[in-house]
Amino acid sequence: MIPRHLLIGVAALLVLVVAMGIYLRHMRQQARQLESPAADALPVVPPASGPTETVTLYVADDAAGLLRARPAQIPLPGGRQQRAEEILRGLLRIYQQPGAAHPLAAAADIRSIYLVDPGAAVIDLNAAFADQHRSGILSEQLTVNSLVETLAVNVPGIQRVNILVEGKTRDTLAGHADLSDSFDVTAVEQAGNQ
Amino acid sequence: MRSTLNQKVLAILLASATFLSAAPSAEDQRISVYSPVAVYDLPVLERSGHQYVGLLELLEPLGRVSSQTDGRLWRLHYNNVSAEFAAGKTRARIAGRDFDFVAPFLIENSRGLVPLGSLNGFLPRFLGATVNFRESARRLLVGDVAIQISFQLAAGNPPRLAVNFSAPVNPTISTEPGKLRMVFKRDPVVSPGSQSISFDNRIITHASYFENNGDAELEVAANQSVMLMASFSSDRRSIMVSAASAATTPTTVGPLRPTQGQASSASGSANGHRILAIVDPAHGGDEPGGALGDKLAEKDVTLGFARLLRHELETRGFAVTLTREADTGSTLDQRAAAANVAHAGIYISLHAASQGGGARVYTALLPVEGPTNGVFHPWNTAQAPALPVSRIVAAAIVAEMQKKEFTVHASSASLRPLNNVLMPAVAVELAPGPDGIADLTSANYQQRAAAAIADALVSVRDRLASQP
Repeated sequence: MIPRHLLIGVAALLVLVVAMGIYLRHMRQQARQLESPAADALPVVPPASGPTETVTLYVADDAAGLLRARPAQIPLPGGRQQRAEEILRGLLRIYQQPGAAHPLAAAADIRSIYLVDPGAAVIDLNAAFADQHRSGILSEQLTVNSLVETLAVNVPGIQRVNILVEGKTRDTLAGHADLSDSFDVTAVEQAGNQ
Repeated sequence: MRSTLNQKVLAILLASATFLSAAPSAEDQRISVYSPVAVYDLPVLERSGHQYVGLLELLEPLGRVSSQTDGRLWRLHYNNVSAEFAAGKTRARIAGRDFDFVAPFLIENSRGLVPLGSLNGFLPRFLGATVNFRESARRLLVGDVAIQISFQLAAGNPPRLAVNFSAPVNPTISTEPGKLRMVFKRDPVVSPGSQSISFDNRIITHASYFENNGDAELEVAANQSVMLMASFSSDRRSIMVSAASAATTPTTVGPLRPTQGQASSASGSANGHRILAIVDPAHGGDEPGGALGDKLAEKDVTLGFARLLRHELETRGFAVTLTREADTGSTLDQRAAAANVAHAGIYISLHAASQGGGARVYTALLPVEGPTNGVFHPWNTAQAPALPVSRIVAAAIVAEMQKKEFTVHASSASLRPLNNVLMPAVAVELAPGPDGIADLTSANYQQRAAAAIADALVSVRDRLASQP
């Protein structure tokens, strides 16, 4: 005959084990939820698949105040939109290297590119791209011109480019370059030739 | 009962409004500062029977200045001079020595206010230069900037009075029968020795000199039946006053177009009209622009630069309006609208950056063939018709800055409000020179840049004047 007090003690321990298990599961779920935004804040570039191709990047040089055309080997996926995104990410990687002639923040990224209309493209930048961009007419305009010219020369048919930040229109990139209107590719190219 | 109460309230409101409108506004009072590097006005504040001016604003155009508020203490650094002030106290410590103000130092919204009556005493400690503050007229002369006046009467028929100045001047001139008045708002002219000078001539009888509220005024008097006219010498160091019959319709002589009983101003263009330049110190208020250093905001550099440019343009005969006179903010649309409404001849936006070197001159980046609807232009491409002249102006500025040994190039930028102004418009971004970021606050560096821009506008003045 098991003493009554032992039965009560074992039952209490079993209840405690089950309760601890439920609590542990709850804490793990909370930890997962806290970790996910931190991961989102970092630029996650999915590995591009596809054959490596030679593209032309228009790379800004702050000291010279101009863009330089530079060939680059980039693995490009099949879709037109995905190709455009990979090309601009390739451009960003140059600006994010130590000692870049036109440095951009390490967290700067292209969220997406939409080829919405015949001749029109929309570049959607992440918040870090704009928020951490250096302020100044030259610096901001070189960034804009670099994105627009690189996109236009590698994706035929683009005549106008709009730039959004986190999917929304924004007045300026960092206080100067006006993002409220679309950029005329021909005008940007002519400005680059001045 | 209710009606009576309403009437009483209305009466009180009307009485208050009448009283307020009749009372002289202390905010209308100003102090004019003349120095070799900048000429500018500041508002004068009336506090407890004393007149005050903001010390930071006073020193800002003259050198590198910063301030810090710590409770009731207010610390100021001007170039290499440090000072500490205490709110409500008359004693301050400036450059390591005590100084006693004539009235307590005040702090309002982190602004340090000093009594005008003490300017002659303590400013030399900051500036290291002689200071001549004429308190009754609120005119502050820093260093050896005073412009002397002398007269030379050529008795003939009609008589001519040459008013000579020791430096070029640009007064506003108006005339009426028996009187010609010159008002010097930007020139540090000083009294010719006596407040009234008589001439031994029965037509041009005497000249009187006054100073008031920051301005100097010279009045040449003649017989009531005589109309006086004035013309500038080519170097603007002399104004020839000559007499004509009162029956003659008031006309412009030389560069002047005076209107009877109404102030008119010296001309700077071929057709006799002064060209209005809108100078826009970018950013301001809550919008600081780029951070050029640990404590240096773009908005502060652009304001000092704009004040220098105003002086340079005014001495070359342009009328100038700044879109902001202090650390205040306005939207880009407001700045463009102000220029468009004023029908300015040229719009110049001033920026500063820590990257690169020298200066950059920008015109609007517009579509190659902007859409037009007859005489109307979309707001975002309003600049399109004026863009060819804007590019001429930009090229002229580049040429003049290169003459002054600036590294400079012209380009196009999607920079508002350049797109929205109807007249020729450029933006100038000043970048560091050989001495790095310190150049951006250097009065000499800014002065060279401002003089180059002003010279460039003179070289294209005819193109600006011919704009519709």
